[in-house]
Amino acid sequence: MKVIRASIIGFGSVGQGVAQVFLQKKEEIQKKGFDLKVIAVADSKSAAIDENGLDLEKILKSKKENGRVGTETLSGLEVIKNVEHEVVIETTPTDIETGGVGLDNMLTAFGKGMDVVTSNKGPLALKYGELAKAAQKNNAKFRFEATVGGAMPAINLIRDTIAGNSIISIEGILNGTCNYILTRMREEHASYEQMLAESQELGIAETDPTYDVEGIDAACKLVILANYVFGMKATYHDVDVKGITKITPEALSLAQSEGYVIKQIGEVKDGYIRTSPRLVPESHPLAVGGTLNVVSVQTDLAGTVTSTGRGAGSIETASAILSDLISIYRED
Amino acid sequence: MRVSMDIELKDTPGQLLCALTPISELRGNLKSIVHHHEERTPRGTIPVQLVFEAEPDNLDAIIEKLEKNGIGISRVDEKRLIEEGAVILIGHIVHTDIQDTIDSIDRTGYAEVVDISLSMPHINTTSSASLKICAVGIKELHEAISILKDVAEKKDLLVVEPIRAEFS
Repeated sequence: MKVIRASIIGFGSVGQGVAQVFLQKKEEIQKKGFDLKVIAVADSKSAAIDENGLDLEKILKSKKENGRVGTETLSGLEVIKNVEHEVVIETTPTDIETGGVGLDNMLTAFGKGMDVVTSNKGPLALKYGELAKAAQKNNAKFRFEATVGGAMPAINLIRDTIAGNSIISIEGILNGTCNYILTRMREEHASYEQMLAESQELGIAETDPTYDVEGIDAACKLVILANYVFGMKATYHDVDVKGITKITPEALSLAQSEGYVIKQIGEVKDGYIRTSPRLVPESHPLAVGGTLNVVSVQTDLAGTVTSTGRGAGSIETASAILSDLISIYRED
Repeated sequence: MRVSMDIELKDTPGQLLCALTPISELRGNLKSIVHHHEERTPRGTIPVQLVFEAEPDNLDAIIEKLEKNGIGISRVDEKRLIEEGAVILIGHIVHTDIQDTIDSIDRTGYAEVVDISLSMPHINTTSSASLKICAVGIKELHEAISILKDVAEKKDLLVVEPIRAEFS
């Protein structure tokens, strides 16, 4: 059986989810006609390398107990440069200002002809064109379903499932934290501040929620869709962004009496990208509640196709990464 | 403008065509037609109900042509503002001159604010309002909302508008 050697660069919540999913799905992956061997794992402080394949259970335990994956002091970038393998699973944290280490990691991997599967939005929201070109030039595969809406199919839905359709527009809910806060504000007739506090307590919102509630996270995902689907050369600075912090419980009640819910909706159409609170009819497919994400694609042949699912979470994001890996290497 | 019209046809061949041709000639867009062939008016004619969209300036000419063709007209109803949309405003709506905000739509001539509900929970906190805007067409409704957004931007109000699918 074909053996695919992989590294996991970045071992936070998503990286660990990927390791757990690999352990859980070993047989299912083999049924797809290949064997996945993780030969290196790197976090921000350490690395573990074994050319014969790492014991992922041991790595997960080490991370949990010592906060490190191993004893090597190589960086992720050095692993990519120095260890022979086929695919880099890039799960370092998103850095929207510079692209962070993720950008270097991806460009270096492509430079060596390695494939990249990633959940890291930053590099794609800033330099998608450069990355796509580097991948193409080196004949490397570049997959990033996990960057847009976690487990919810979006990129691959458009690339594979409805291939051949011309895409007219895309709109949807691309941030679970905003959706949770707005859903709960409406249910409890509570203020934004109260429901932000609740979602922070539940671990749905970060301690510093700016990135989610001001619409920046959704803007990055829209840019990825705009660039990939419409061939735009947008960065997240091109997005017209309005967050949810001004929404009042009274506004939600007024909307309700007109038959609407208020949702943070991202939209790409006619070269214009925006994310803002919008009125959605209560019975519309985009009116999903809780932390769910949803994307609605308007096409020429299939009409409107809508996909919904969990937009975050380590296992859910790992699911998207696994599906990308299988779509590249499957031989069944 | 949307026009709803009750007409009466003689029970002879070609009458319906005589009724519809003037409408299409004057660029009217027929929306529905109900033809009660089994019914008769006391005058022995067949009642037909039409709904069509037309330019307001053309309505008189359409009526004139119909009458010339011998078509009886028993009722005409015009509805100028046919498209309706809701928006939510959030911010200091009253203190930023609510009359001026409404006037910005009303003075377009093609759209009007027809309903407003205001919620002001406490002094010094932001208010919320839902506005219903009616316009002569879908394009004009979009334009009215776009004008409202410009005005709101200057007054630091947030406009929550319907998703695009609502308009198509």
